[in-house]
Amino acid sequence: MFKNLMSWIEYRLPFMDKMNLHVMQYPAPKNFNFWYFFGSLAILVLVNQILTGIWLTMNYVPSAEGAFASIEYIMRDVEYGWLLRYMHSTGASAFFVVVYLHMLRGMMYGSYQKPRELLWIFGMLIFLVLMAEAFMGYLLPWGQMSFWGAQVIIGIFGTIPFIGEDLTLWIRGDYVISGATLNRFFALHVIALPLVLVILVFLHIMALHEVGSNNPDGIEIKRDNDGSVEQTDADTKFTFHQYFTRGGKKVIVDAIPFHPYYTVKDLVGVAGFLLVFAWVIFFFPEGGGFFLEPPNFEAANPLKTPEHIAPVWYFTPFYAILRAIPHPFMGAVAMFAAILALALLPWLDRGKVRSVRYRSGLHKVNLVNFCISFVALGILGVLPATPTYTLLSQLFSFTYFGFFVLLFFYSKNEATKPLPVRVT
Amino acid sequence: MMKKLLSAAALLASSLAMAAGPTIPLDKAPIDLTDKASLQNGAKLFQNYCLGCHQMQYQRYSRTFRDLDIPEDVGMANLMFTGEKVGDHITNNMSGKDGEKWFGATPPDLTNVARVRGPDWLYTYLRSFYADPSRPFGVNNDVFPMVGMPHVLQELQGLPYKAYETRLVDGESKQVYVGIKTDGTGELSTEEYDRAVADLVNYLEYVGEPTKLESRELGVKVMVFLLIFFVLAYLLKKEYWRDVH
Amino acid sequence: MSNAPVDQGRRRFLTIATSVVGGVGAVGAAVPFIASWNPSEKAKQAGAAVSADISKLEPGQLIRVEWRGKPVWIVKRPQAMLDALANHEDKLRDPESAVAQQPAYAQNRYRSKKPEIFVAVGICTHLGCSPTYLPSDFSAQVEGVTSGFFCPCHGSKFDMAGRVFQSVPAPSNLMVPPYMYIDDNTILIGEDEGAA
Repeated sequence: MFKNLMSWIEYRLPFMDKMNLHVMQYPAPKNFNFWYFFGSLAILVLVNQILTGIWLTMNYVPSAEGAFASIEYIMRDVEYGWLLRYMHSTGASAFFVVVYLHMLRGMMYGSYQKPRELLWIFGMLIFLVLMAEAFMGYLLPWGQMSFWGAQVIIGIFGTIPFIGEDLTLWIRGDYVISGATLNRFFALHVIALPLVLVILVFLHIMALHEVGSNNPDGIEIKRDNDGSVEQTDADTKFTFHQYFTRGGKKVIVDAIPFHPYYTVKDLVGVAGFLLVFAWVIFFFPEGGGFFLEPPNFEAANPLKTPEHIAPVWYFTPFYAILRAIPHPFMGAVAMFAAILALALLPWLDRGKVRSVRYRSGLHKVNLVNFCISFVALGILGVLPATPTYTLLSQLFSFTYFGFFVLLFFYSKNEATKPLPVRVT
Repeated sequence: MMKKLLSAAALLASSLAMAAGPTIPLDKAPIDLTDKASLQNGAKLFQNYCLGCHQMQYQRYSRTFRDLDIPEDVGMANLMFTGEKVGDHITNNMSGKDGEKWFGATPPDLTNVARVRGPDWLYTYLRSFYADPSRPFGVNNDVFPMVGMPHVLQELQGLPYKAYETRLVDGESKQVYVGIKTDGTGELSTEEYDRAVADLVNYLEYVGEPTKLESRELGVKVMVFLLIFFVLAYLLKKEYWRDVH
Repeated sequence: MSNAPVDQGRRRFLTIATSVVGGVGAVGAAVPFIASWNPSEKAKQAGAAVSADISKLEPGQLIRVEWRGKPVWIVKRPQAMLDALANHEDKLRDPESAVAQQPAYAQNRYRSKKPEIFVAVGICTHLGCSPTYLPSDFSAQVEGVTSGFFCPCHGSKFDMAGRVFQSVPAPSNLMVPPYMYIDDNTILIGEDEGAA
């Protein structure tokens, strides 16, 4: 009876087949390390944000008059409202932690290289939408930092020559940030951008499964079935969806089915992540003033600027680049270029070897340089712009872009190590 | 419009430069959210000395009573003065306009003040008033110079003044600032006053986040649970991965 | 790769244990989401018991008090009204108040704690209109009954204890809310000794 029903459905909507294709029998390289946790963790955080977000919307009032009070209402009057809100606010920061580490993984193992360029581009689009989502969400509590942070960031658009002034007016829908701005940000934050985000995540995963996962060795696990590939017992032990073997034209080596091996492994990652996540939510929901900034516990006041305005930590690396350039518009251009450079990595890196494990010492140093620059810029973006800090911001902006420029030149004829035949 | 933006940017730059932090080092506030007696005394001090000008417009009396173990009838008799209902928010009838007229600025709402300023700032601030006849209310403050607030706790502390002593410095006798002292006209001794301020700050800290204790309690349980789950998930992973390794 | 045989028992045990603990976690995680739908502190405070001063209530007079957004009537019934309650019980649908439309302490002929003070939610049990109090003109509705409540919407009729008459649309007697006397002159509506 049940079997008949299942096959009736399967005939019309091949649900089990798709599950087998994308989960059960998806061939994943067997040498994933902990860096590969962050993809599944990003999905977990996305689900957390969507669920807690829907629940916050049930009590949030999107108006300049009611927004701040409604947050306090959620924090004090709604049963477990404080927990839902902290899950959402901490989740925002967790999202960026996870996504930054996920991106770094891609950079280390060359996951953006051919044929995964489109996969990387979708990832960068997700990153962009995520930043817009976070920025608009941060206005909603209508605290001092919400208001003044938005003021500064919308001001960036005002630096665009000729159209800037009209553009900021159009974005705000008012001469100052007002209820009109709040309402449109609310609409975008709760409906439009999440929808785009979910679609992009879907495309990201589809693109991933089409080309297959990269791995820490950066070598292909799908080989042509021309008899040259030696298969071990381990290779023939598991069955993969025939879609991936292209009906026998391909041989898959050193791979294991995603389920149960990576589902149980990701579960360990999930548990570890949740331990840290819960620790922050229950014991340090303000994240030392970085996740929830102290001035934001004060209602927005257009007549009173807080003593120190800094964007939330996940924007600060790019904010530091913006401030490093003395000319406002050029600063904005540099900030945008910093993100664009990342998106262009598949073409800036002209190397044939993907993983940092088998690339030149210069590349290793350059990658470390990138990490240091990014973190340093992140710290500088929080600090006040004193002359010393501005100088440092300029220095690290230079090394940040230097990473890409250097990469473009040395990657063409890089002294790489020989690649292993099989994953290690 | 462009000018406005540029001036906003300039304002931003100057405000960033100003963010040098407090002018004097802050004392650590000796507070304990589990100390109900301290919290109750803090609530009493708030109702008597602060509520005249400052509101807690997001906190309900009923919440304070419940969390601080104050029976409703006792609370209504001792902490509510103007016939509000027990479910009402802790507000006063002073309009923001009046506040601006009397003090130069609307006295801020204090529901979240401990989250904005931090308890140490509040604890130090309330103990840093000193006599300064040049100010409209005759007092100034080291933590918040030129503050528009009178020293409402003077009745308890007495009139505080900056004390100097003549001391020998490098062979010369000099006037050295030795801290704030009181003229002794207050109801409380210095130690008692510090304790009273700590109680008040404790209460403000509680009101800033009334769920804090509940959060920690639940947090411990969640962490223990997650630890068990982590161990199980790890063992499960190891078991399945025997196929691979 | 190890060729040692798989310990299926251990594998099954760990799978089940992890699933069960994970399931418990999922249920636990659902708690705040479900609990947040309960009435908030604001709703509870708005729905809290309200007290009414009855010291100035004249015999035959009806006052209205709002409780949880509904009108609550307090009527001081003179002795004649109370006596008349016994005379038309054959015309009532539920003269004994068998249907639980009142707290146990109001399940009597007067449907009240003190006979002379009648407290009821002034909403017709038919479709939610508020009936009109007719202290002396009710005989036009039911012959021989001087006073009562008449619902203008669909003609439902209730006597001075809020008991519904036969052959009207309303199915049951008027609702009596929980209430208690704080003192002789003050009634607290919405809370009784049991809950306090």
